[in-house]
Amino acid sequence: MELFVFVVAALMVLGGALGVITRSNPVHAALSLVLTLFGIAVMFVSHDAQFLAAVQVIVYAGAIVVLFLFVIMLLGVDQTEDVNIEPITVQRPLALIVGAGVMGIVIAAIVASKDLLGGRGSGLNASTLENPDANIRELARQIFGNNVFAFELTSVLLLVAVVGTVLMARRVKSNGAGK
Amino acid sequence: MLSVVQPTNSWYLILAAVLFGIGAFGVMVRRNPLVMFMCIELMLNAVNLTFVTLATALSDINGQVVVFFVMVVAAAEVVVGLGIIVAIMRRRNGITADDLSALKG
Repeated sequence: MELFVFVVAALMVLGGALGVITRSNPVHAALSLVLTLFGIAVMFVSHDAQFLAAVQVIVYAGAIVVLFLFVIMLLGVDQTEDVNIEPITVQRPLALIVGAGVMGIVIAAIVASKDLLGGRGSGLNASTLENPDANIRELARQIFGNNVFAFELTSVLLLVAVVGTVLMARRVKSNGAGK
Repeated sequence: MLSVVQPTNSWYLILAAVLFGIGAFGVMVRRNPLVMFMCIELMLNAVNLTFVTLATALSDINGQVVVFFVMVVAAAEVVVGLGIIVAIMRRRNGITADDLSALKG
């Protein structure tokens, strides 16, 4: 059963990722991204990270992709981009070499350390039917305990991001003297 | 039955590595800045999957805490990046990264 879930989620992830980099229409790429994000959420659930799976669906699929689509529609850039244009001749082979090289190095490291990562550890409280909020409890104890300073800093970060974005995206009402 | 072979943690890590490679390739190849942002999201998700897998493998909840913070930072990054793209697109009509090679407007 777990194998079946893994295979289906992996096909979703890889199919969506290939869709993002091959679709010439940005709207199709954004919808492929949703497929990948849902596949990742399924994998979070199979790793007993239920809270993160919910946040993944809500924040990524619900907010970030909607923001992408909103900007695409707002700017009207949803016309098809010609993916066959290659401005620098050796760009794609070089990118393929770099991407495959990074992938190969990481996979080699994973295979080399396979024995260290063999089984599931037992120290993580997984949510069960008897104890449905174990994952959230453990996560909250860490976030609001040891990492509370970082948590507060992220709130400052979000505030700065919102104010900065409003400032940048605002239509300037001046007579264009500074442009 | 299907339960003969169980996916181990290495399978998830290798899948995350492949996803990261696809995202890196996309950032280097695609010319639409919006699609480049989507490829960055792919790479961030690959790293998140790695963190969650290692949190399970090493029995350490801090892996999931890091993923929580990565999600917050990714949301902020997308907001700022899309704000910059909107501001640039207002001024000119070029939609590829090649047209944006100069910082000067």
